[in-house]
Amino acid sequence: MTATFKSGDPVRVKAEERPGHIRTPAYVRGKLGWVERVHGEFRDPEKLAYGRDGLPRQPLYLVGFRQTDLWPERYAESPRDCLYVDIYEHWLEPVGAEGTQQ
Amino acid sequence: MSGTYDHDHGHDHDGHGHDVTQHDPEAAERNRVPYWGKRIYAIRELLIEKGILTAEDVQDQIDYMEARTPANGARMVARAWVDPAYKQRLLSNPKAACAEMGVDATSLTEFVVLENTEKVHNLVVCTLCSCYPRPILGRPPDWYKSFAYRSRAVVEPRAVMREFGTELPDDVDVRVFDSSADMRYLVLPRRPQGTEGLAEEELAALVTRDSMIGVTPAREPSNTAVMAS
Amino acid sequence: MARTHDMGGRPTDEPLNTAEHALADWEVTADAMVIALGRKGLSGTDQLRRAIEDMPSDEYAALSYYERWARATETLLTEKDVLSHEEIDRKMAELEETWGVS
Repeated sequence: MTATFKSGDPVRVKAEERPGHIRTPAYVRGKLGWVERVHGEFRDPEKLAYGRDGLPRQPLYLVGFRQTDLWPERYAESPRDCLYVDIYEHWLEPVGAEGTQQ
Repeated sequence: MSGTYDHDHGHDHDGHGHDVTQHDPEAAERNRVPYWGKRIYAIRELLIEKGILTAEDVQDQIDYMEARTPANGARMVARAWVDPAYKQRLLSNPKAACAEMGVDATSLTEFVVLENTEKVHNLVVCTLCSCYPRPILGRPPDWYKSFAYRSRAVVEPRAVMREFGTELPDDVDVRVFDSSADMRYLVLPRRPQGTEGLAEEELAALVTRDSMIGVTPAREPSNTAVMAS
Repeated sequence: MARTHDMGGRPTDEPLNTAEHALADWEVTADAMVIALGRKGLSGTDQLRRAIEDMPSDEYAALSYYERWARATETLLTEKDVLSHEEIDRKMAELEETWGVS
């Protein structure tokens, strides 16, 4: 499989707004997280939604985030809590060694 | 449930506006069908007339969903509680572990089992719609599909769980899983204390649907159940 | 800016109503129809989601879960020229007359 990221890699979700059907929730866009799991490759729902075949398959990742990073100043529960979302590779960007954008 | 309101019921359909509910309970039901419900019945009739679907096609799907209940998941959880090797298979290859227990999860693309531990409690939501492991658990409850759950579960999971009577210790970390893609998530709740003497069937009876979504733990055994075993 | 359906973290005062209702026959039918149509390639998980998401936001908020499914099913079937709105109107009127309701 041609997955770009592996488990443990830091990633950032692209901060884009796109028209059409997408499955990357707004609340994670632009946020920094890590690859928790590499799920494999799946057909692209953004294309399937319009009756197309969704090919080529896209790598899908379980991406983890600290809740305090997702909801700064709003998250009122434990600072150790995390949230996980399944995100397709084309929505993810690599992150540099110091946590800066490459 | 038949899933159909056929024309030829043999009822006297007097369309002149008198209250049909007095002698025809089904009509009372029909009076409550909202606009979009009537549209779906109309669509069904048209598709059958045009040979695009058959009544059996629709009934097959009704029957398929009726057979899917949380009892399926409960059996898998109970087996995992008593058989550590099964638990490992459930965690590492859930679809195969399902099949072992005779649960047909073939229509799922894949699913992931999330183990609750002394230190970690998992909670599942679908903020974008209502994704749910239907082939294993059946249809989701109304609250799972509600705007309130979809909005709040990701930002205040403990507050949401509290509304189900669940209070977690401070040192337990909460992990929320938002099912945004093809993976479906099932929580493996912790085995309750004081269940050492229970048979697998009795254990399965403690595994509620809500515990496999993650809003509650599994049920505690009642004193009666423990004493009877 | 999140679209209406993209609800994660949306501020809300709405209490969580944990009461459940047994599905009405029309809801069971809507549920089954969507899956049956999916098997014929006339619907699909992603297509249905797209059709639901495209609905005006006040309708999305006002309709119940299976009302949204029914509306989205009509959208997909009419987009694909399998049925027309007018045909559905006529059939609905016919059913209402048969049942003695309006």
